[in-house]
Amino acid sequence: MSASPDTLNRATGLHLPGFARLSCLIAQPVLTRVVQRIAKRHPSMFARLGSHRTTDFLIDPVELPFALHLRPDPQALVLRAVPRHAAPRAGATIRGKFLLLLELIDSEEDGDAAFFSRDLEVTGDTEAVVRLRNALDDVDGSIAEETAEMFGPAGRAILARLRRAYPT
Amino acid sequence: MSLAELICPAGTPAALRTAVDAGADAVYCGFQDATNARNFPGLNFTPDELASSVAYAHEQGTKVLLALNTYPPAGKFDLWRQAADTGARLGVDAFIVADMGVADYIARIHPGIRLHLSVQAAASSPEAIRYYCENFGVKRVVLPRILTIPEIRQIRKEIPCEIETFIFGNHGLMIEGRCSLTNYLTGQSTNMDGVCSPASDVEYKRHEDGSMSSQLAGFTIDCFRSDEKAGYPTICKGRYRTAHRDDAYYAFEEPISLNLSRLLPELIDAGVHAFKIEGRQRSKSYVRGVVSAFRQAVDDIRAGRQANIADLVALTEGQKQTQGAFETKKWR
Amino acid sequence: MAVSDMTKLTLGPIAYHWSAEARRDFYARIADEAPVDEVYLGEVICSKRAPFHEVDLPATIDRLERGGKTVILSTLAEVMLNRERKATADLAAMERPEIEINNAAGLYARGKRPHRIGPFLNAYNEATIAWMACQGATHVCLPTELPGPAIAAAAAAARDLGLGVEVQVFGRVSLAVSARCYHARAHARTKDNCQFICEHDADGMPLRTTDDRPILRVNGIQTQSESYVDLLPETARLVADGVSHVRLMPQAVDMVAVASAFRSVLDGSREPAEAEAALREACGGVSFSNGFYHGQAGYRRITAAAAS
Repeated sequence: MSASPDTLNRATGLHLPGFARLSCLIAQPVLTRVVQRIAKRHPSMFARLGSHRTTDFLIDPVELPFALHLRPDPQALVLRAVPRHAAPRAGATIRGKFLLLLELIDSEEDGDAAFFSRDLEVTGDTEAVVRLRNALDDVDGSIAEETAEMFGPAGRAILARLRRAYPT
Repeated sequence: MSLAELICPAGTPAALRTAVDAGADAVYCGFQDATNARNFPGLNFTPDELASSVAYAHEQGTKVLLALNTYPPAGKFDLWRQAADTGARLGVDAFIVADMGVADYIARIHPGIRLHLSVQAAASSPEAIRYYCENFGVKRVVLPRILTIPEIRQIRKEIPCEIETFIFGNHGLMIEGRCSLTNYLTGQSTNMDGVCSPASDVEYKRHEDGSMSSQLAGFTIDCFRSDEKAGYPTICKGRYRTAHRDDAYYAFEEPISLNLSRLLPELIDAGVHAFKIEGRQRSKSYVRGVVSAFRQAVDDIRAGRQANIADLVALTEGQKQTQGAFETKKWR
Repeated sequence: MAVSDMTKLTLGPIAYHWSAEARRDFYARIADEAPVDEVYLGEVICSKRAPFHEVDLPATIDRLERGGKTVILSTLAEVMLNRERKATADLAAMERPEIEINNAAGLYARGKRPHRIGPFLNAYNEATIAWMACQGATHVCLPTELPGPAIAAAAAAARDLGLGVEVQVFGRVSLAVSARCYHARAHARTKDNCQFICEHDADGMPLRTTDDRPILRVNGIQTQSESYVDLLPETARLVADGVSHVRLMPQAVDMVAVASAFRSVLDGSREPAEAEAALREACGGVSFSNGFYHGQAGYRRITAAAAS
């Protein structure tokens, strides 16, 4: 059984006006901690990004109320939640369902396969996306697990529930 | 019965470890430059990464094959020479080469290291293969994906070296090492720069109706309706128009991948020594899935059991698979 | 001023499936009128076509030699089937005329006896050229995608070894060859059942992108450029860099006019701009390109001003 993003949004109330901005505010401190920790633990991934360390990526989980703005610059790392209508002009945009994006980050799913099946959409600078993908793919272990670990048992429980609940 | 070694792709050190852990008999990889035919952004190995990767593979009894399978343009040969010297110093088990100058250099300077003839050399007859064996001491040929199994069986009888065939992954249409299509549109060469449809020249466009077009250097390669599966933005998998046909058609090949899982016993019987899985540009997830599936299959066959191949169609281009020329010469 | 009186103008092998009659007429005119020094004959692309014109080969050789041309026989680019192996071995066994080899199977059969290296053999660099020279190569045709500086380096190395060095300066470029026939595929046939549909496209079958931009030409198993390479403006540079032979590929245009344009630049009887205008006129509306030479996308046309 699969639910469309729209059904999910309605069920969770994620589509309500004003909710986007509020969710961004709540999510931001978490995102900052996550990205700083990952950067510290996996410094070698920046080399694979080459000049695209300063590219602005928009990661757009279609069913969430906000998108993520990523600028993987080790000198000034940015990962922030942004309402779609206020998203910055991005060098490259990656769109897909949230869990798919999570699984791509962790190499549980293959990016090319997700692209072939049309579940993943890429626009803008294709080389930037390829570099980001290859950089992430060279990270051993699970970034999602690492993130969940940062929040202890509650984090692990949320991740487990997310994986069960989401249609893939 | 041949050994049926499983030769697996590694685009990054993490992918290499994944392939080794999933049961690869050998992994193949390349440096981060034009010396190999998967010179893609963010992919491949630094010499330091290769050193630790060789150590990891060798601890598990897995061989490491270094791809030096592009054609150095005059004036730049030193880069290939240095790559060969570095590979030799780091203890790789074989070099995969295409260029005669590179083959000659390695045969003379590093005679103790095995030479494999890359598919990029396009050696598709016993005479061509013998040329490389007799002149450079080539120990194994990677056959072009254009031969039927009876033809492979015949070649095996007439050559003094091992045969490696592709069994899964990208299904190249053009004779490898003879294709300048990418260079014609982008100015970057498959033979000299190791690129094919470089990402820097690829652009995807979403349209109002949900369709998506792929462009290479501003040329439209394909346009997929919202209900169509997509493929790589390579010129040989594009849709074109021609005078006598009403609609655009796949002039060379549709997006599709090679999958010979059902033909493994026949290939072994024909004398194929090693099976190659394409995909250094793919993720660890792909490597894990494909290598594990074929490891299981080859082990089953070697133990005399019926091989039960996991469904790999989700990982294929256009989500379609073919047995290509291996099944029937009608493919041609 | 003459660019070079020494530089040879050559005519490459016909890539297309022109009828036996069309070939006879073509070579008769070349023999009588075209100011070319050397002519390559033989089927390079598809072994199925060879029987149609092989019978005429001795007469054509004779006709061209009487016209003062040196004749060289070219071997197949792709050798896989038994008939292709045999055709290659047969050519390799010939004492004369000279042969140009396009596949390693031909090198194997030829051994160390003298031969020319064709454009399909990937002589990209000095090391490869040196290897080939010590195996009996007397002449090398460089890959068409080589950029100018690499041509200069390769030519210098080849000249030092006493080899002739050739570069394609006119005609569609071979961009790819395949085991599959795309002419047959376009007509929903297989290669074994092609019924020689390719004979209808004397200058290749045009492919356009879905938004109607001309892009490629299909010629049986070969894929060619839509544009004609034209290195007439670069010819002086090529010669200065050590290229000894410049190759014209036969297209379905007035090849005598094409050859005359290049000849006039080599012998200095016409200004390059004037010769270029004549070349344009001979080729109608076909687009010209020189991107490969300038290290850019092959289809591009780089003007002298932009290149300097």
